[in-house]
Amino acid sequence: MNNPLRTKRAEWLVTLPSFLWLALFFAVPAVIVLAFTFHGHDASGGVGAWGMETWRELVDPDYPAIVWNTLRISFEVTLWSIVLALPCAYAIARMNSKWRGIVAGAIMLPFWTSFVVRVFAWKAMLHPDGWLQACYLVLLRTRAWLFDWLPGFVQQFLIWIGMASAGPVDPASSTILDSEAAVVLVSVYTFLPFAIMPIYTAAEKFDFALLEAARDLGAKNFYAFRKIFIPGVRQGLVSAVLMVFIPAIGSYVIPQMLGGTDCVLIGNKIFMRAIQNRNIPHASALATLMAASVLVPIACAMWWKRRQDARDRRRLEQQTAKLIVAGVGR
Amino acid sequence: MKRSLFSVAVLGFVLAFLYVPILLVVVYGFIPNGITMSFFDAHGDFTGFTTKWYGQIFSGSRSVEALLDSFWLSLTIAGLATLVSSVIGTTSALALHRWRGRLQSIHHALVYTPLIMPDILIGISLLMLFVATKVDCGFWTILIAHVTFCVSYVVMTVLARLQDFDDRITEAAYDLGAGPWYAFFHVELPILLPGIVAGGLLAFTLSIDDVVITSFVNGAGTNTFPTYVSSMTKHSRNLPSVFALSTLMLLFTCALVGISKLLTVNSQPKNKGK
Repeated sequence: MNNPLRTKRAEWLVTLPSFLWLALFFAVPAVIVLAFTFHGHDASGGVGAWGMETWRELVDPDYPAIVWNTLRISFEVTLWSIVLALPCAYAIARMNSKWRGIVAGAIMLPFWTSFVVRVFAWKAMLHPDGWLQACYLVLLRTRAWLFDWLPGFVQQFLIWIGMASAGPVDPASSTILDSEAAVVLVSVYTFLPFAIMPIYTAAEKFDFALLEAARDLGAKNFYAFRKIFIPGVRQGLVSAVLMVFIPAIGSYVIPQMLGGTDCVLIGNKIFMRAIQNRNIPHASALATLMAASVLVPIACAMWWKRRQDARDRRRLEQQTAKLIVAGVGR
Repeated sequence: MKRSLFSVAVLGFVLAFLYVPILLVVVYGFIPNGITMSFFDAHGDFTGFTTKWYGQIFSGSRSVEALLDSFWLSLTIAGLATLVSSVIGTTSALALHRWRGRLQSIHHALVYTPLIMPDILIGISLLMLFVATKVDCGFWTILIAHVTFCVSYVVMTVLARLQDFDDRITEAAYDLGAGPWYAFFHVELPILLPGIVAGGLLAFTLSIDDVVITSFVNGAGTNTFPTYVSSMTKHSRNLPSVFALSTLMLLFTCALVGISKLLTVNSQPKNKGK
């Protein structure tokens, strides 16, 4: 090939700007963070000598609870987002192409206002005198009533994992603002479009005649939706889960502005340690933990996708083999 | 075609859920009392609407000076970050598209990993870099951080455009005697431009909206619009001016989107006639 741009020198020349930039400002900082976790900290806010003390201090009763809270809340946010996104994506995909464009645009449009301003509008909406607070109290009372009906060991378990608390609802101390519920609500609000879009993209390619066929064969609507539609859009579903779960794990502004003192997540703790307390090694260790909690689900998703692909390929091979055998037999 | 009522109902609910806060942003820009953030006075009487916050913004009055300063800083940083990340992102996409090999697989990993990392990790790791190298945080550190997280998004958008790119066009340019630079600027770049512009727009919106990464690397006293707003939410009597400014931004972006939609609609028949 006589293309003058395909030489090794040209490759380096074109690759270098982004390669150097990202190596210097993304890869090197990541290594520095990891290195800092193997240092102690000194009282003046600096980084102390090498040692394992930071990792030993991480068992501090505070941290495991915060990591668990972050994972649990991210899981809740992901669940709600997917539950709401699935019917939305389905509804949009079934519209005609003109409406599809309009509604899909309308879902992304809120992103053209500042994120902080939107969160702040929520803060005003969740004011203790507002109607959302009244709704929240009704919800809490219903939940307390349902909780009383549960068997004792289930109650104990729910209290243990932090999903419920015993006792009657006290309206004065149960404000939705500065609570975990506010964080979940506004996180779902923020991340929902990121859940709808990938599922919608997958649903657009889905062949809806399959659903009609399932109904003709006697399947109920919901059964067909669960058994045909959901597996049909599973690729979009996996990216939707990641698109919500990852930013939810890294969430920091929403719990900061709406979570009060009740709801402190890893992100807030990192900020606190890095900026306010100047405890650089602790902040680094927490950041490492957060990176791990993001990379594990991604690795799982990749492993799952590879397994699915392999299974699809095997099925195709078997079918081809059968066809060949049938062909030879004839 | 049979349509499920349930899913349409959920969609309606979700759209309302997404738009009520936006509506409130617009309404709150007309609140007379910036301390209580209520349309009612102490006696429970309706106080009416006011446009004084808009007046303050347009006259550049002292009370909104810091807010406007932070807004201009945001625009400057977003503009510069867009420019730098578009250039770096385009070369990166070209490299990833044109070559395969060990260098490109490392390059690929470097470009993709920032996309799957939460913002806050990019923020904290850059802060650690600046701590380790004893660099003072300020305008330049914010700019570096913004370029870093924008580059990957530009690369993705330009790569998508490159996927439809017919490499034979470049080959044809070479055969007709074009040099590599001439071929790039007169053949490849014009074809890639829509992708680069789309990537640049994405970079601009990400940069102007970022609060997490900026709050790690801004140092003391340098505030972009989002970090300034989140700092003034605690104790400020000028909150409606934030909402008024946001309403103006919203109108501006809606107009921009509308114009670009009109332009694409007008250019559609031309594309069809190929």
